[in-house]
Amino acid sequence: MNIIDRRPNPKGKSLANRQRFIDRARGEVKRALSDALKRRKVGESDGGEKVSIPTRGITEPMFHRASSGGWRDYIVPGNKKFVVGDTIERPPSGEGDGRGSASPEDGGEQDAFEFVLSKEEFLTLFFEDLELPDLVKTRLKESEATQLSRAGFSIAGTPANLNLVRTMRNSLARRISLHRPTPSEIAALQRQVDAAFAADDAEGAAQGSLDLDNAQRKARRVAYIDPVDVRYNRFERVPRPNTQAVMFCLMDVSGSMTEAMKDLAKRFFLLLHVFLTRRYKHVEIVFIRHTSNAQEVDEETFFHSRETGGTIVSTALEEMLRIVRERYNPANWNIYAAQASDGDNYTEDSDRCSQLLGGEILPLSQYFAYIEVGAEATLRHGFPSPPTDLWRTYGQIAAEHRNFAMRKVADPTQIFPVFHELFAKQRENA
Amino acid sequence: MVAADTVEKPSGLLFEGPEWDFDKLRRVYDAIEDIALNELGLDVYPNQIEVITSEQMLDAYASIGLPLMYRHWSFGKRFAREEALYRHGLQGLAYEIVINSSPCISYIMEENSMAMQTLVLSHAAFGHNHFFKNNYLFRQWTDATGILDYLTFARDFVSHTEEHNGVEAVERVLDAAHALMNHGVHRYARPPKLNLEEERQRQEDRRRYFEENYDDIWRTALIGEKREEDVSARAKQRTEIRRKLGLPEENILYFLEKRAPRLEPWQRELVRIVRHISQYFYPQKQTRLMNEGCATFVHYEIMTRLHEKGLINDGTFLEALHSHTSVIFQPDFDDPRYHGINPYALGFAMMRDIKRICLEPSDEDREWFPDIAGNRDPYGTLRYAWANYRDESFVLQYLSPRLIREFRLFRVLDEAGNDALIVRAIHDERGYRDIRRSLARHYDLARHEPDIQIRDVDLAGDRCLILTHAVHNGILLDEPSCRAVLDHLGELWRYGIRLEEIDASSDRVLKTHEVPARL
Repeated sequence: MNIIDRRPNPKGKSLANRQRFIDRARGEVKRALSDALKRRKVGESDGGEKVSIPTRGITEPMFHRASSGGWRDYIVPGNKKFVVGDTIERPPSGEGDGRGSASPEDGGEQDAFEFVLSKEEFLTLFFEDLELPDLVKTRLKESEATQLSRAGFSIAGTPANLNLVRTMRNSLARRISLHRPTPSEIAALQRQVDAAFAADDAEGAAQGSLDLDNAQRKARRVAYIDPVDVRYNRFERVPRPNTQAVMFCLMDVSGSMTEAMKDLAKRFFLLLHVFLTRRYKHVEIVFIRHTSNAQEVDEETFFHSRETGGTIVSTALEEMLRIVRERYNPANWNIYAAQASDGDNYTEDSDRCSQLLGGEILPLSQYFAYIEVGAEATLRHGFPSPPTDLWRTYGQIAAEHRNFAMRKVADPTQIFPVFHELFAKQRENA
Repeated sequence: MVAADTVEKPSGLLFEGPEWDFDKLRRVYDAIEDIALNELGLDVYPNQIEVITSEQMLDAYASIGLPLMYRHWSFGKRFAREEALYRHGLQGLAYEIVINSSPCISYIMEENSMAMQTLVLSHAAFGHNHFFKNNYLFRQWTDATGILDYLTFARDFVSHTEEHNGVEAVERVLDAAHALMNHGVHRYARPPKLNLEEERQRQEDRRRYFEENYDDIWRTALIGEKREEDVSARAKQRTEIRRKLGLPEENILYFLEKRAPRLEPWQRELVRIVRHISQYFYPQKQTRLMNEGCATFVHYEIMTRLHEKGLINDGTFLEALHSHTSVIFQPDFDDPRYHGINPYALGFAMMRDIKRICLEPSDEDREWFPDIAGNRDPYGTLRYAWANYRDESFVLQYLSPRLIREFRLFRVLDEAGNDALIVRAIHDERGYRDIRRSLARHYDLARHEPDIQIRDVDLAGDRCLILTHAVHNGILLDEPSCRAVLDHLGELWRYGIRLEEIDASSDRVLKTHEVPARL
């Protein structure tokens, strides 16, 4: 009997099959995903996502008999009161057919197939063909952090870095090519000599001693390990790319923003956050809400508490700048920002906004996205309403800066397309 | 509680507490082996116990319990489903999986407590193992020593073929073959043993043969184009061709592998692989009741003996019993948990009943089972039954009136057209034989899976493949799934296909399904 501990074996033997299955069901999975996404929180991007997809396209049909019609009998346990000849009303939906749950009448098998996607799978599917904009710009810029990385082998180094395998391999090759006698060969010669002496074979003994002598001399001359054999692991310091990002969520929370608008904004923030987590090891989120003044708050407050007052957007931008200066040195952090608003702004504030944004924030940031939310605003009086103050202001900036983008969103179904549009791999004009 | 006063630790215990380690496993295994071989008289393949994690258990589930398997999306689908059920807590994992191979591999989970490990070792490494080694179906139909080699070959062949022909092309063939898997079994003739070297050689030969030779189907196709001959000669020729092609043939995959005109050699090989795996599982499908019954009976006997011998304490025994009773739970038909007859429950009850009949028979038993009643050799009797029966014949032979009463079995008849079901037999004097016969029929795979055969190939015409479904009791095939399977079949046959559903008693054609040729 053998007991084998298989636990250390690699896990995920089914991963390849699972991947194939997902590929097959891709279309359905993607549709199900965008539904599932509506239920998530912004910061909550760990863990997988439960998706349920219709079984079409992934069925494995077999010949089987129809579940109704014909003449059939069942043996069933647990008789309590029936005697021969009793009749039982036919149970609905084929239950009690003696073989458990029957499939729906005409074998439709349209019941959904539910399973859990891992985080990786979820994100891969979701952000297929999306790319972070301008990632190159500051990737290696001023990155002071370095890390050791293996860089082959060298002939000099510290004993701690000695690479035993390489060294011994070289040594073996050299010993073989120089015909260095092995200890067992020498021992065999020695035995020969001894045997010759024992047998009083003077000639053999003399010849044997000579061979033995030669072999021993050669073994002494060809070293077992020679300095030329020795190899060391080599390490190099390579600059480490910035792998941390901070994401600023800016939102107008004044009275004019309805719950529905906030919900739209939330979805956008959520997408951005998930997207960033995929690219950076470490992502922090800062929530800044503003009315006529701005403050940093936690997520709960950000989305759910109401404020009253006018709207001055520049306060939020100032707050963001302050936080960046305090906590997020642009040299070490990739800075992203998303701003959501219904477009209202105090008219005198527009200049200040464009100054702040164009002059200070955009040069620091990797990307700044502005989305304008609100369905009712776009179709006032039956024809398109004039652009809002903020839209006009930002319009000029968008023309000048590549890392700024703005879109309008009126209903939840547009969120993903808009997001997709912003981050699609070939961005043309944004 | 007298025992509570004298708490000194009994010296004979193999282990205490729930934690397991490899030493304990070994000790327990030896104790179990002693009982299994010397008291129950079991005869087993050498054992290999493998400890795995729950994740690995899910993996094993997904590849239908086999340790190696070729890649296919359907295994991924199975994995996804099992995982979802498991994560939601809707379904626990099996405590073990055991593979019919030599050495017999049992997977046990690291999460099991020591009491469970003891139970699982008895159940899998001795119960199932004995059954695999001794039951005539397994002995004749599967080759325990060759299966692992064959699976290696299959896996390598599939991945090799994927590289050459693309994953998609391979997947299409496998999908189609999987759909016909249940019809890829020789039911009556014993398949030859598998051998890895021969498999490789044969595959190579096939490729060469294919390159060098013509195919009967191509050649005979020309006959149709010849001028008119007299009718009887043609009919005779037709029968001749059918005989040559080995028709009628119920093993659809076998026929396709050998005769499908437009398959590439590698496609034939894929069909063959699926066919072999299906064949390998065929005995398991026919002996589920007995196999589980045997294993459950064995673990029950062994746990009881371990306890009697003072090798395990009361706590361990109770934990094992708790798990045992939930395994053999049989809800009544009106219970929401009812999902048919639990093979563990019925199998175990029948084995226990046989033991009782051997040791303490009643007059009724003497009348029903004159040859075994009171023979005082329960284990010998059971070993004989395990070796020589399958579910159908086992129920037909050994289901006792007493068990029918205990389970309160009754037979219900459901006829299309009637609004109500009719109770035809209950657990009384008149009903016993009726119930026993009908229940045995339920375990007969041949009646359970649709009886589909390849009847003819229209060689004189358009090479249309003609299949028949022998309709019993007026139950037709399920339309959508039938259509989908025929589609898959078309993928392999490439010419037209006609499936006729023919009433077995009257030879009347009830329904015809057709699939056009793919040119």
